[in-house]
Amino acid sequence: MKQRGQVFKLSFMLLFVLAIVLAGCGGNNNAGGNTGASSEPTAAAGDSAGASAQPSGDKPKVAFVYIGPPGDGGYTYQHDLGRKEMEEKLGIEAHIVENVPEGPDAERIITELAQSHDIVFTTSFGYMEQTLNVAKKFPNVKFDHASGFKTADNMGTYFGKNYQASYLTGIAAGKMTKKNHLGYVGAFPISEVIYNLNAFTLGAQSVNPDIKVDVVWTNTWYDPTTERQAAISLLDKGADVLLAYQDSPATIQAAKERGAFAGGNDSDMKKFAPDNYLTNPVWNWGPYYTKTVQSVMDGTWKNEQYSGDMADGMVDLAPFGNKVPEDVQKLVEDAKAKIISGELNVFTGPISDNQGNEKVPAGKTLTLEEVLGMDWLVNGVIGPLPK
Amino acid sequence: MDFVTQLLIAAISAGTPLLLATLGGILNERAGIIQLGAEGLMLMGAVTTCVVFLRTGNLGVALLATLGVTALLGLIHAFLSITLRANQTMSGLAMTLFGSGLSAYLGKSISGNPLPSSLPRLDLSFLKPIPVIGDIFGNLDVLTWFSIVLVVVLHLLIHRTSWGLHLRAVGDSPATADVMGVHVRLIRYGYVTVGAMLIGLGGADMVLTVAPTWNEGLTGGRGWIAVGLVIFARWNPVRALLCAYFFGALDSLGFRMQLLGSAIPPYFLKMIPYIVTILVLMYLGYRNRNKPSGTPESLGVPYVREQRF
Repeated sequence: MKQRGQVFKLSFMLLFVLAIVLAGCGGNNNAGGNTGASSEPTAAAGDSAGASAQPSGDKPKVAFVYIGPPGDGGYTYQHDLGRKEMEEKLGIEAHIVENVPEGPDAERIITELAQSHDIVFTTSFGYMEQTLNVAKKFPNVKFDHASGFKTADNMGTYFGKNYQASYLTGIAAGKMTKKNHLGYVGAFPISEVIYNLNAFTLGAQSVNPDIKVDVVWTNTWYDPTTERQAAISLLDKGADVLLAYQDSPATIQAAKERGAFAGGNDSDMKKFAPDNYLTNPVWNWGPYYTKTVQSVMDGTWKNEQYSGDMADGMVDLAPFGNKVPEDVQKLVEDAKAKIISGELNVFTGPISDNQGNEKVPAGKTLTLEEVLGMDWLVNGVIGPLPK
Repeated sequence: MDFVTQLLIAAISAGTPLLLATLGGILNERAGIIQLGAEGLMLMGAVTTCVVFLRTGNLGVALLATLGVTALLGLIHAFLSITLRANQTMSGLAMTLFGSGLSAYLGKSISGNPLPSSLPRLDLSFLKPIPVIGDIFGNLDVLTWFSIVLVVVLHLLIHRTSWGLHLRAVGDSPATADVMGVHVRLIRYGYVTVGAMLIGLGGADMVLTVAPTWNEGLTGGRGWIAVGLVIFARWNPVRALLCAYFFGALDSLGFRMQLLGSAIPPYFLKMIPYIVTILVLMYLGYRNRNKPSGTPESLGVPYVREQRF
């Protein structure tokens, strides 16, 4: 009895493990769940690519590596919109692999994609080293990496000056605040977030010199519970306009509950709270993807370090919330026109940091390289930068 | 409002999903069945709420559907661990993996769509004149009130009624309970199912209060914190409330310390909940070293009539 019971138990356990594995694979294949999933679409991509792995001239085979799911309503969502626009314009079909963690998995997936594609777009900063490694092994394949700074003969980079849009958002925030107190939910204290926070602060100060900006660091790109707590802490301290450099709309939801204003990042988040929405920077990758894939088709592709801006439309501003008055919108639109014409540059001196040191003397403007390596907070941002 | 009141409000808001899930876990484990599927169940609860709420526009229907779906998942866990006597740890882990994958798949079409509304709130403005209480309890949402009432109900049920006696007997010594005429299997099935429903409700609460939209991996590992809180609370509903709010407060404390201008790096502040957990466990372990731990004696052991172990 006892032994039979154990055999019974064991066989069920084994069956169950099998069921988990199957469920895991199945679910992931459809849903693109997590790591395990990633190889599935890749394999499928490989099959459909067939024997012609070499660049064929007319229709290049294109692949995208995403950090999150296309339905995240934020960063990856915007990349996916760009992919769809490119597909429609050029009449080709790209392969995507979503939810690829930054690390060894990314290198494996990029390698698999490189075997059957002509150009691979890797859309997150953390894929930089992996993309570079794979690029060295596949000299005939083109690689394009978003937001990084390393290149090779067959590897370029692309990103945009989204701080221009952060500056404009700052103008709106500086006009909308009643307490001269803004709050910023930052993901990580890295330069990408820092220059956006600084631009936001400078924008607000350009219309309201008394402004101060409180900042908290969440150390996560996406965790709604944490983001909400960060937002509520800022509201409790007295901030009445928030901007979140995060992937979820939790900050906007928290602001709505308290009757404050807020914006998010990456995509238009007005739908989450139309009456409490400010605006925020959005990405528009479509034209760049179309242009780049077209250049691969024409054989004119070069390994450039492309930096888009408001002038070419890679960076833009989301539509304003319902309660942002006409005159504020007008003010922002005027500044936007000046940025596009080149008359207004966000990081033009005099700018000093919040420790009292002059960082940009009057009349000088930071170079793009200096902006991308920014590791100090402008005057008006409260608190030191975490080390 | 002062710092402490604000912190308490934040603690309750962050702690309520944890509390619901922890209470569900307590019911499971009091009946002797380990529940490691909380993360998957919370995700399934959250995604069901979102899908049904967006389709029907009716919050009540959405919550009922959530209870239905998670009850079904609870029944699967019960069938595996009670009838088939499968390894409960495995079954729970399977539930977490299964729930994470399935919720991501089911939520694909509605991911990023805003929910029609959040939870209705009970406006108790007559409490306003009372200093701290009025600020905290004056405007809580219905699920928060439900969870608080549930703590009291479960406390009374477990410790003051014959049903609770049966529940504890089934978790501590199923053979004895069986001899006494208690239907061990039925009771285990019942509590595992209800427990799963409460955990699912925790997920629903999270999506309704925190982010007004579904996205995969929304819970961010909080199901696992609930699994830990069950043990932390030593299988007691009242302690579960304290522990859940305590963890909610810790979630928020890091940001408040950043805003007070503390020079402590945020990485360190993020470690606080875990450091505190270790310290509290050490203290409780030391204080209770000669007392029973509160673990249901037959936790994780399948019961077979007339079989000796």
